[in-house]
Amino acid sequence: MDRHDPPCTTTDEITDLALRIRIGSLQTIANAGLGHVGGDFSVSDILAVLYGGILRVDPSDPQWPDRDRFIMSKGHAAASLYTALALRGFLPESELATFAGPHSRLGGHPDRSKTPGVETNTGPLGHGLPVGVGMAIGARMKGATWRTYVIVGDGEMQEGSNWEAIMYAAHRGLDNLTLLVDRNRLQQGAGTEETNALDPLDAKLRAFGWDTTVLDGHDVGTLWDVLRQPVIPGTPRAIVAETVKGKGVSFMEGLAAWHHRVPTDEQVDQAIAELTGARS
Amino acid sequence: MSGASTAAGYDCRVAFADTLIALARADDRIVAVCNDSVGSSNLGGFREEFPERLINVGIAEQNMVGVAAGLANAGFIPFVSAASPFLTGRAMEQIKADIVYSGANVKLCGQSPGVSYGELGPTHHSIEDLAWMRALDNLPIVVPADPEQTRAAVLWAAAFDGPVFMRIGRHRVRSVSDGRDPAWTPGRAEVLLEGDDITIVAVGTMVEVALAAAEHLGRAGVHARVLNMASIHPLDRDAIIESARITGGIVTVEEAVPRGGLGGAVAELLAVEHPTRMRLLGTHAFAPTGNVDFLFEHFSLTPEGVARAAQDLMAAT
Repeated sequence: MDRHDPPCTTTDEITDLALRIRIGSLQTIANAGLGHVGGDFSVSDILAVLYGGILRVDPSDPQWPDRDRFIMSKGHAAASLYTALALRGFLPESELATFAGPHSRLGGHPDRSKTPGVETNTGPLGHGLPVGVGMAIGARMKGATWRTYVIVGDGEMQEGSNWEAIMYAAHRGLDNLTLLVDRNRLQQGAGTEETNALDPLDAKLRAFGWDTTVLDGHDVGTLWDVLRQPVIPGTPRAIVAETVKGKGVSFMEGLAAWHHRVPTDEQVDQAIAELTGARS
Repeated sequence: MSGASTAAGYDCRVAFADTLIALARADDRIVAVCNDSVGSSNLGGFREEFPERLINVGIAEQNMVGVAAGLANAGFIPFVSAASPFLTGRAMEQIKADIVYSGANVKLCGQSPGVSYGELGPTHHSIEDLAWMRALDNLPIVVPADPEQTRAAVLWAAAFDGPVFMRIGRHRVRSVSDGRDPAWTPGRAEVLLEGDDITIVAVGTMVEVALAAAEHLGRAGVHARVLNMASIHPLDRDAIIESARITGGIVTVEEAVPRGGLGGAVAELLAVEHPTRMRLLGTHAFAPTGNVDFLFEHFSLTPEGVARAAQDLMAAT
């Protein structure tokens, strides 16, 4: 095992990492008084699988040319991304307390010029996947073996730019590209299906030529297995990860209001108790 | 490419494409990214020689710019080449977030800018691009006036580590560089004509119009000073302030909306540093139907029109 290898070797370790990402995100948001806790919690298990078990990166050399590329296209989930980066060693955990403060390296949305480990600036939706397609084409042209992973929010799949990229990735046969859709079924104000329905999302992705798997986005073992399976040559991979916004906290789960509500101190304590209780 | 320096009526797109091919031969990081624009960008030769290094995403400009950012991340130097109205207008947020804010080493090459699509109308005109690009933080903006400047700008852009926007003109233009080497220097204006009565600051296709206007003015006994401001950002502040001190009035001329364009840039500077009476000439509004020559007449972007504006300004000061 070299320093580029992901740190976790068991599903238990990844589950622990996901718990730490959730608690870190929650405290980061509560401390800053702003953030998007609902979407952080829906994506935490996916981040844990990627940073714990998949991504070959080098915290001591964030620009290592052969690193796997990861893009958090749903940039509003910055608190969970920063927590995952801190836990992987890209920044001191203590720095999470500066989130969104004056001149912090950890802004409200990810900025590659400020935060080690961030590949491209995200926040406006529909940006990450086209950039990921460019990375995957670049790797192919270089004959490099590193892979590109992009997480998009499901509401973001309403952006036309994503479908431009989905079409072109299949056209180019980018089997070194993986798209993970955080399918929490809620966008900022309402459900995706009542706003501009995405279903049948898997059928749409398949129709565009992607190898598509639908799974429980909180089942880290299954997600980890799927990501480690060999790719279908010439076919980009999509994973529709069915998730719950606010996952793991009874008073947050599935509520659009927790898209960017900030928890009180009591709610933080209760949330941590529920999260750790479920784990122990 | 060598014949370009003396051939009147040379197409800057040819200089662009030839220079890009020469760069690609020497550096395998150079790639071209386009939106079905192989023909209009004159990239046929590039495709023939480097088929795997021409990434044609089809008619999808947002993806085109995002893909270029990803290629830069992978270590390539992408030249995005597409009609300027669609590159800048359709993909504006990608240019802002993925390229400029992210600091991606991508060269944005707006082909056929201004009103060069003539009769095709305002949907195909790119008169807003300079104002839009100028609003982005510290993005170098180059508007070469002739093939030699185009070549120099492309060579510089490839060597510069960071995003660049350049316009590649479609009109045939005559050389205004007059054998200068280098034909263009980033951040520097060229004083093409010394004069002390009035200054005409021009970019791109309008540089030769400005020179012709100066001839008109000369026949009326007016000594016009002519500046080629091919670098709109960074702006050659010293050259502008010095010209304002020497001649008083300044006329700016561009194939673009002056609000936020060259005219805006010069006016912003002078308002703060050396208040000066000005006339801002350009394609002020959505154009009526007509070919390019008609449109230049319509917007007074002719030697006579520019000379008239200069004389109006002198009479007013």
